[in-house]
Amino acid sequence: MKILTDWLRSYLPTLPASDAQLAEDLTLRGIAVEGIYDLGSGNGSVYEMDITTNRVDAMNHFGVAREAAAIYGLDLEPLDSALPDATPSANPFSVRIEAEDACGRFTARVLRGITIGESRDWFPGAEVATYFNLLEQKKISNAVDATNFVWLAMGQPTHVFDLDKIEGGIVVRRARKGEKLKTLDGIERTLDPEDLVVADHVKPLGLAGVMGGWDTMITPATTNVLVEAAWFEPMAVRRTARRHGLHTDASHRFERGADFNASPVASAIVSRILLANGGHIEGDLVDVRVPALEARTARRRPIALALSEVHRILGSTIDKEGITVSTVENVLNALGCELASQQVSKLASRQVSESASQQVRELASQGGKNARWQVTLPSWRLDLEREIDLTEEVARVYGYNGFANTLPAFGEGVRALPWAEHESAVRRTILAAGFHEGIASTFCSAADAALTAPQPGLAVPLGNPLSEEAGVVRPSLVPGILTMVAGNLHRDVSDVRLFELGTVFSGTTEKVEERSALAFGAAGAVPQQSALHPARPIEFHDLKGVVEQVLSRFHADAVYFDRFPAEDGLTPAWLHPYRSARVAVEGATVGWFGQLHPREATARKLKETVLVGELYLDRLYKLALRKPAARDISRFQPVRRDFSLILDETIGWEKIDQALAGLQIPEMVEWRAREVFRDAKLGKREYSLLLGVTFQAPDRTMREEELQSYQTRVVEAVGKAGARLRT
Amino acid sequence: MINEDIPNLSAFDDESLDKAFAALATQANDDAAALDGPEAVEAFRLEWLGRKQGRLNEVSSRWLKAAPPEAKKPVGERFKTLKELVERLLDQASSAGPTDAALAAEAIDVTLPGTRRLMGAEHPITRTLNELTQIFAALGYSVGVGPEVETDFYNFESMNFPPGHPARDTQDTLVIANQERRPLRDRLLLRTHTSPVQMRTMESQPPPVRIIIPGKVHRNDAADATHSPIFHQVEGLCVDTNITFSDLKGTLDHAMKALFGSSVKTRFFPSFFPFTEPSADVQISCIFCGGKGCRKCKQSGWIELLGCGMVDPAVFAFAAEKQPAYDPKKISGFAFGMGVERIAMMKYGISEIGQFYAGDMRFLGQFV
Repeated sequence: MKILTDWLRSYLPTLPASDAQLAEDLTLRGIAVEGIYDLGSGNGSVYEMDITTNRVDAMNHFGVAREAAAIYGLDLEPLDSALPDATPSANPFSVRIEAEDACGRFTARVLRGITIGESRDWFPGAEVATYFNLLEQKKISNAVDATNFVWLAMGQPTHVFDLDKIEGGIVVRRARKGEKLKTLDGIERTLDPEDLVVADHVKPLGLAGVMGGWDTMITPATTNVLVEAAWFEPMAVRRTARRHGLHTDASHRFERGADFNASPVASAIVSRILLANGGHIEGDLVDVRVPALEARTARRRPIALALSEVHRILGSTIDKEGITVSTVENVLNALGCELASQQVSKLASRQVSESASQQVRELASQGGKNARWQVTLPSWRLDLEREIDLTEEVARVYGYNGFANTLPAFGEGVRALPWAEHESAVRRTILAAGFHEGIASTFCSAADAALTAPQPGLAVPLGNPLSEEAGVVRPSLVPGILTMVAGNLHRDVSDVRLFELGTVFSGTTEKVEERSALAFGAAGAVPQQSALHPARPIEFHDLKGVVEQVLSRFHADAVYFDRFPAEDGLTPAWLHPYRSARVAVEGATVGWFGQLHPREATARKLKETVLVGELYLDRLYKLALRKPAARDISRFQPVRRDFSLILDETIGWEKIDQALAGLQIPEMVEWRAREVFRDAKLGKREYSLLLGVTFQAPDRTMREEELQSYQTRVVEAVGKAGARLRT
Repeated sequence: MINEDIPNLSAFDDESLDKAFAALATQANDDAAALDGPEAVEAFRLEWLGRKQGRLNEVSSRWLKAAPPEAKKPVGERFKTLKELVERLLDQASSAGPTDAALAAEAIDVTLPGTRRLMGAEHPITRTLNELTQIFAALGYSVGVGPEVETDFYNFESMNFPPGHPARDTQDTLVIANQERRPLRDRLLLRTHTSPVQMRTMESQPPPVRIIIPGKVHRNDAADATHSPIFHQVEGLCVDTNITFSDLKGTLDHAMKALFGSSVKTRFFPSFFPFTEPSADVQISCIFCGGKGCRKCKQSGWIELLGCGMVDPAVFAFAAEKQPAYDPKKISGFAFGMGVERIAMMKYGISEIGQFYAGDMRFLGQFV
């Protein structure tokens, strides 16, 4: 919104502040001036303003002037509503409000013999041509410009009809089913029975508070007009405007609450501007009001305000005196409130002299803790309803930066979320494994949701998605990870390690469940290439190592990895069925990971091998975090024995591992697969495994015979598992 | 054999003995001086101290044995001195290590870049969220969380956005499908702010409350350099007896100094949020120019960073339905909220908000 400082100053002839100072002072009090532009040659400045939606009353020149008057304690020039005498009319113009829930006031004034022409500066206070030029507001005709001028001056929407096109009188009513109206934008609209219309006795003339009608529009041939200034109920206007996809200056104002008392003044200014080009008024202003709506707006009951409550909410000020009785009274009076001091009125009722009540006032302004008022609210401030609203006004005009910076007393100890430590352990582990943290979209396509949802059929669609590709709330973090991995590879960033810790969603459109998940994706070489060491591609077991490290953060007895034949259909469709694994902890699946299914890689134009996985953290978080417990480290020398084994392809490490664990030899402290290789000398479906076993006793150096007997037992055990020793 | 050069002694008088031992000592010194590596040292050791054919062994077996009884002692004394010399020379030679020449052959190029282990980087949003929660933890704030898919009641109605209120227009909302037939307050949507967690927290515990709420939020906004339909907020709520607007000012002034440095100043402007009253916008003095005015702060010296205010009594009234202790006549509180992306962009000099969600390794790698 643009505000001319010259126009503003016409309501504040004694304003001492410069345009820049005024802008600063207004901004600090919530009437934000975003930019000041000098108009040159003595035309003052134009302010670009950004006023919050609750302050529609200030979205006009007079409204801003009223704020300035409050800030500086100046007198405000009232709006001039003087009019020439009217010629008498035999019958007053007929106005009826049928929709008494939606129209609170309707004023109508008949002007005859007017001349439609170009706007100029008509009289002091109606510099239409000058102000419109400075504001770059398009001039249309003296009639339309008059309503726009009043809108800019005081924020009251008005409308002028070609009187000769009105049949009978005005009725404000709901539309009838199937009724049609061509609005000023030239669109023929079919009305809804809920729409509020201004009609004559035959037809609708306009959408009340939103937009006028085409047929009663002012034309160059118009000589007689009806000036409308009214008050419409916010919700009724909002619904009508929404139904027709309209948002106009008028609807904006009425939706947020117009000034019930502004209609006669607005009507007078519009009329006077029109009459400046000839013509006369016929009859008195017709002013129809609905008492119930007037009681909710212009005649609201006063509200109670206590200084102690103002202090309780606002706290300390930098200035020692702080907020006093006179601060409250000056601020609220300047904003148009009327304050009745409860103590003073009590004394007055006991016939105490004026000087005594003056003393009470002074006492109150010194101590003032018990001061109380009944505050009558101005008709233009429908946003003021409660004591807290008045407290805010006091703080606002006093200036927020006049309050001290204090700190509240401590409340209680800080409590951590139950899973905070778990999440931090997972995050630290995967960061240490060299993965960067990404944050992907919360949404994915329906196809990706179907592909990756851990529970099929429980993906939740959006009603108004950002795009088709983002139609579903993600059931898995995998689509996001794949998008981010692909983004890197397509930008020729070949070494990718990414994870996301986030929320996944499942359920129905009635009830949505949210869970924590961890997804990770990787591609490229490991370790990072250097000139001295050849790179090797990252592969399944690199990722498995990361998964194992994450799981090792939790206290779990049974952790295992398995895979299922493709025909079982148990492996998620995004994974290569023979290069992926399920992770289970204590019998429950906690995730899947492995190589991206080649079909999905092709669909995403990925030539590289991509590894990807997801862990269901909500299940892991049910486990306790593993607490480190130290064991004494044996001082005696460990002995390592290697066994070169030959195995059938169908026998995996797990079998050997279990066979060795089954031996339960306490001195066998570690065993691992040191090398796996295939060799032309072996059978076609065989492979060779170099098994390394370490023996160590906590209390002695082990004797050769002891070691020999353990070795024999190892050979026996792996033999039972299907391995034979290579000779 | 190698030690045939040890002559047999014919005379055992002192002079002859001195001469014979001196010759051996000279040779040992000469041999030791020529040693040029671990192999040569080992050869020296074998030659002199070898058990079978070492020179000292020869000396001992020939000279000491052949000595007449009266000469055994003088021979023995001289032998001992010689042995000590050889041992000392050997000790010196082996502790000297390889020669510089030998080391030079092992030279490497130290100017080649080091092989770095990949270190994972925390996302700048996570990093900023953690920084904020830590600042407020030090002021006694616990972390509060809530669902990202919310009901209309928690996201709007209980935050004092009544049905049909124009304030709802300011937050374009993404909604879950098929909600039209449900009662308005039960309809599901993607939360547009973290404020609903205020209500969820108050419903679950009586005052006092001091929580900080980090979280992801969504709006149906078109993406540009500074707007994203997905973003993060940190919201705070403090409710107790005697919480005032000046406490709100002091708390945020402290937090901004903790976040951006102690020279940062704050100033407060009246604003409007349905769930607070009085409401304020907070500006900090420009962290780029220190308040002198620059391109980043549009020459104003100030940057708008967060919204806040005293909790509106209407919000307490909703909380009091489940926790009667939220009586706005007895308690008071403040709430504040800030956009995490904006803070991270300022702190780390990020120009495009979209970079946060692209997962580009090159971008993320800068935050290791």
